[in-house]
Amino acid sequence: MLASRYFAGVARASSHSQSFRSYASAAPTAAFAGQKGSNGKYTVTLIPGDGIGPEISESVKAIYDAAKVPIQWEEVSVTPVLKGGKTVIPDQAIQSVRRNTVALKGPLATPIGKGHVSLNLTLRRTFNLFANVRPCVSIKGYKTPYDDVNIVLIRENTEGEYSGIEHEVVDGVVQSIKLITWDASERVARYAFHYAQTSGRKRVTAVHKANIMKMSDGMFLSACREVAKEFPDITYDEDLIDRACLQITQNPLPYTDRVMVMPNLYGDILSDMCAGLIGGLGLTPSGNIGRDASIFEAVHGSAPDIAGKGLANPTALLLSSLMMLRHMHLNEHADKIEKATLGTIAEGKTITGDLGGKASTKEYTAAIVDKL
Amino acid sequence: MLRNVLNTAVRPTFSSLRTASTLSAGFPKFAERLPTQYGGVYTVTLIPGDGIGQEITESVKEIFESVNAPIEWDQYDVSGMSSSGEALFKQAMESLKRNKVGLKGILFTPISKSGHISWNVAMRQQLDIYASVVLCKSLPGVPTRHSDVDFALIRENTEGEYSGLEHQSYPGVVESLKVSTRAKAERISRFAFDFALKNGRKKVTCVHKANIMKLGDGLFLNTFRRVAEEYSSSGIEYNDMIVDNTSMQLVAKPKQFDVMVMPNLYGAIVSNIGAALVGGPGVVPGCNVGRDYALFEPGCRHVAKDIMGQDRANPAAMILSATMMLRHLGLDHIANNIASATFQVLNAGKIKTADMGGSSTTSEFTAAVIKNLV
Repeated sequence: MLASRYFAGVARASSHSQSFRSYASAAPTAAFAGQKGSNGKYTVTLIPGDGIGPEISESVKAIYDAAKVPIQWEEVSVTPVLKGGKTVIPDQAIQSVRRNTVALKGPLATPIGKGHVSLNLTLRRTFNLFANVRPCVSIKGYKTPYDDVNIVLIRENTEGEYSGIEHEVVDGVVQSIKLITWDASERVARYAFHYAQTSGRKRVTAVHKANIMKMSDGMFLSACREVAKEFPDITYDEDLIDRACLQITQNPLPYTDRVMVMPNLYGDILSDMCAGLIGGLGLTPSGNIGRDASIFEAVHGSAPDIAGKGLANPTALLLSSLMMLRHMHLNEHADKIEKATLGTIAEGKTITGDLGGKASTKEYTAAIVDKL
Repeated sequence: MLRNVLNTAVRPTFSSLRTASTLSAGFPKFAERLPTQYGGVYTVTLIPGDGIGQEITESVKEIFESVNAPIEWDQYDVSGMSSSGEALFKQAMESLKRNKVGLKGILFTPISKSGHISWNVAMRQQLDIYASVVLCKSLPGVPTRHSDVDFALIRENTEGEYSGLEHQSYPGVVESLKVSTRAKAERISRFAFDFALKNGRKKVTCVHKANIMKLGDGLFLNTFRRVAEEYSSSGIEYNDMIVDNTSMQLVAKPKQFDVMVMPNLYGAIVSNIGAALVGGPGVVPGCNVGRDYALFEPGCRHVAKDIMGQDRANPAAMILSATMMLRHLGLDHIANNIASATFQVLNAGKIKTADMGGSSTTSEFTAAVIKNLV
């Protein structure tokens, strides 16, 4: 397994080596290029997901209708089907995402047991979702020990520690390979600078552990430094992962001026840590930017215990959808809905149980619609 | 909890074979040779390290001087700022091997590929001091965003992501090996449970990423569970948690943690989050223990070049690490004296260094500790 993956990696690198140079000087990667349909609306794939997914998707749909967002939804299911002896995502879903290039996705239950490939992983591979964007902003009205968080993390999403290349050398000795490639590092770095530019942040910080992993994280840094040269108006610096964790947990305020970019594992840990600062995954949006499509999703679980009871908090999915609107350059609509949502939470009268309120999903949705 | 470890340590009756104590849980009560001791005075290797190292070890030396601690320092001013210190580094290593016990600051590690490997890591690997212990406890005199945090972090120190095995298999493609072994997972898990037993802790949490690294972290997790079975009658609870969730829980609900055990890299990350919860690297002591050697150093490993030479560093972490060392050598009465003096200064909140939100100097802090000694 190791060998085959290894050669696949080499082959991939060589086949890309020419194209990525030209790609590099082209427009920022993964910019939205969708066209409005004949009804004046963009079509977006909606994957409601499992558990509370359908309820919170309904809520988003209701709010979008009320805000007159020029989007029409194409609902698909990604429940795996059996095809040629393997469980795969239905073709219909894949084609829909590929056609629309934008999708909004609710939480998916992870099937336990062998034989199931992780659906998230499959989506990530299918659409080359190379960058995971995780903004964490303190929500007024939901008190945590931190009220000054405004952090944007961009995580490399395709390789690193999560390459999945592992083997047992002899009994009791396992090697796991962290794979870092120049292409992937360069691609995510470029997106980070692009994001910084479009979101008005003036600095990009690469988070690493290159004092220990000199070659792998070292190459990630070299790629970031190369890309930084193309963005002279944006300051570039580097920070050790240890130091970043320490500083952010002590005082997140200095990190509001920048975008942080990092390899897979560090991004996974840091983004959840920052979510913890603002009150958990129920308030954290997330976007996966890819070459062929971009998928915006709620990263919390499917909460089967409250599914169907109308108690779920749709905020994470709603905020993710706003990232999607901004990705599609529909900033005005995004701003309007954001203001209504944050206003509703800040008032604290009509909020869901997880935020300490008593409102149902429907009541919360209605309150946001009222504020539009 | 610091107090807890420092004061409530159950000390078995002294036998000529016993070399280690409070934090020796997990390593046997005998060694091939005892720490160097002549006429009741121990020789301890001292490596001040880079950054603020000189200042904070100076503080320890002054305090030890004033209580007349039976410790003679064998000092090596190794610096990782350039690779030219290699010869001195080797001497320091030999000294450590002779003396078995050391106190150390943090050595700088260059990021550039041409720079030398981390000497901090080299020490841990060569001496096989496999268990890193970091104690995070809220101090009343050091207000932070969280209170009542009290956990111990046990980190595997010698393998994992820090194997140093990397290669470029093709231009632009680098592989970095994370090595996980059952033997090392087992001894660190055992160490964690023994530590919990000795220090009256109730729960051990294994931190991992076995959902993704199914083989590597899977081995760690499965070994942990197997070891846990052997402690089932002790009443110590155990659970496991994925590392990303752990970091989220730490900043939101840190009180749920008691003893945590984890592979190397996660330890680096979690110890920094933990330190931030209780007031920063300046107040978090730690040590590295193996079968034969024990090396004491601040728990949160930062060089702090930005404030070096300014007499602004908080020496508390280093002083407390040094008291752990005294306890390790069986000099409990001196350790207690120094530890309680240090806690008095920290909790009184009058002498505060910059990291605690004050403007006192390192020397003022040291003087205050000395004043509180009995």
